[in-house]
Amino acid sequence: MAEITANIQVAPGIFRMSVAGAYAGKMGQFYMLRAWDKTPLLSRPISIYSLDAEEIHFLYQVVGEGTRILSMLQAGDEITLEGPFGNGFPELNGKVALVGGGIGIAPFYYALQSLPQADVYLGFSQKPYEVDHFKRITDRVTVNVGGHILDLVDYEAYDAIFVCGPNAMMQAAQRLNERWSGRNKVYVSLENRMACGVGACLVCSVGTTGGRKKSCVDGPVFAVEEVKSW
Amino acid sequence: MMDTTCHIAGIAFRNPIVMASGTFGFGHEYNRFYPLDRIGGFSGKGLTLHPKSGNEGLRSWETAAGMLNSVGLENPGIPAFLSTEAERWENYDVVRILNLGGSSLEDYERGAALIEEDYKHRQQRGKKAVDMIELNISCPNVKAGGMAYGIQTETARTVVGLVRKATTLPLIVKLSPNAEDIVSMALMCEEEGAEAVSLVNTFSAMKIDIYKRRSVFENSYAGLSGPAIKPIALRMVHQVCQSVHIPVMGLGGISSAEDILEFIMAGAEVVQVGTHNFVDLRAGENLSRDLENLMRQLGISSLKEIRGIV
Repeated sequence: MAEITANIQVAPGIFRMSVAGAYAGKMGQFYMLRAWDKTPLLSRPISIYSLDAEEIHFLYQVVGEGTRILSMLQAGDEITLEGPFGNGFPELNGKVALVGGGIGIAPFYYALQSLPQADVYLGFSQKPYEVDHFKRITDRVTVNVGGHILDLVDYEAYDAIFVCGPNAMMQAAQRLNERWSGRNKVYVSLENRMACGVGACLVCSVGTTGGRKKSCVDGPVFAVEEVKSW
Repeated sequence: MMDTTCHIAGIAFRNPIVMASGTFGFGHEYNRFYPLDRIGGFSGKGLTLHPKSGNEGLRSWETAAGMLNSVGLENPGIPAFLSTEAERWENYDVVRILNLGGSSLEDYERGAALIEEDYKHRQQRGKKAVDMIELNISCPNVKAGGMAYGIQTETARTVVGLVRKATTLPLIVKLSPNAEDIVSMALMCEEEGAEAVSLVNTFSAMKIDIYKRRSVFENSYAGLSGPAIKPIALRMVHQVCQSVHIPVMGLGGISSAEDILEFIMAGAEVVQVGTHNFVDLRAGENLSRDLENLMRQLGISSLKEIRGIV
């Protein structure tokens, strides 16, 4: 059990939770969060938003019962964390673009801490949030509201493009990569339903060019050309 | 000294906690969270003769006190398992159960024959990777075979008979709660020479997306597990224990030491823990400790004292 130090609403339905403790994790990895006993049954996989020596932070959207319970927690409440899980984004040399759509921006704040030279693209359907956080690290932040953030990314200008957002956006990233065939440099972080989080149940299995893979262990980050089922 | 040991077909289980197939991977997934020698045994991910990619589309849905799954027996196939994973199994100090699935009589039979062949080869080297076979005739998520065999007793008899002849390993048959008559199904397994039965697998169930006006699952139906099914599973285990002479592995929604004692009082020799592994990654370690504490608290020194007393 760990103690929540803050749980702040940063936009309608979007919360940022801080938990005390020294936690490990690479960019793109996630933790399984649980702040209830029997109901709901399963823990919730939430990606690392940021971490330092004293705290770990999560940015999440309320989409169902689990995240609704998380959103009602306050500083001083307790929570169970298991992790870090998943493979995370690859550590590559060269020029990198971090492209997040909506709550898909969550893994990129920590990614930016690891890759401070990266360019950041943040797309929102409504009022933007957390943009000032990103701007504290870099002035190369592009924000778009109501459009297609990928349209603003110059594919040829980067050695690697990391994408996280709604499935439609990641499929668009796949089409973009196909159009510039042979470069194979786009990586996507999938958001699949999970049960165990450790590769045992196969609930989060995804069809890839290399056969079925587990989002929780083999992902959630995949090279975009590898993903066959969305 | 607390006695938690249990026996099936002469094989000793350290305690009655056996991790259920489909929820425990091949064991190593959980071995990093606690040593597997804390539990009595585990049943690996269901294996079929040929690799299976499982079902497309959404594979799980949470329900009140349970979950639906539609994994569809995704697995690497028996030959791949035997040539890679089984070597790791050789080193586990716990009862190792290979769960055998299939979609045709021939597949079940050939699968069992391959396992038997591998068993004999390892035996010659003084090694052992598998202690028992759990025959899965009850998967509700596989269209051909799977549950089709698990519903009618006389259809199931053919599969059980074939597999029984194909292997010398102790045979457990995993029964479906969707069987027409679970007691006659269990009696048939006993007649055909199975050493034990395990029950129950998941209940065939459904979830409809009212906005899209369709089932959330490609196969329409999925398997319900978790605490929601426990009282029904317990009743079925009780009924079967009243009727058969072979040991019963009881399962269905077990998530506490209290649940374990309920199933043992209903007559189960050991229990299987499934969905609870997703709730608590250290379920095996925690349940074994909780069980000993509860037995101490209730003045139970051996599970034999309470088995089948209800």
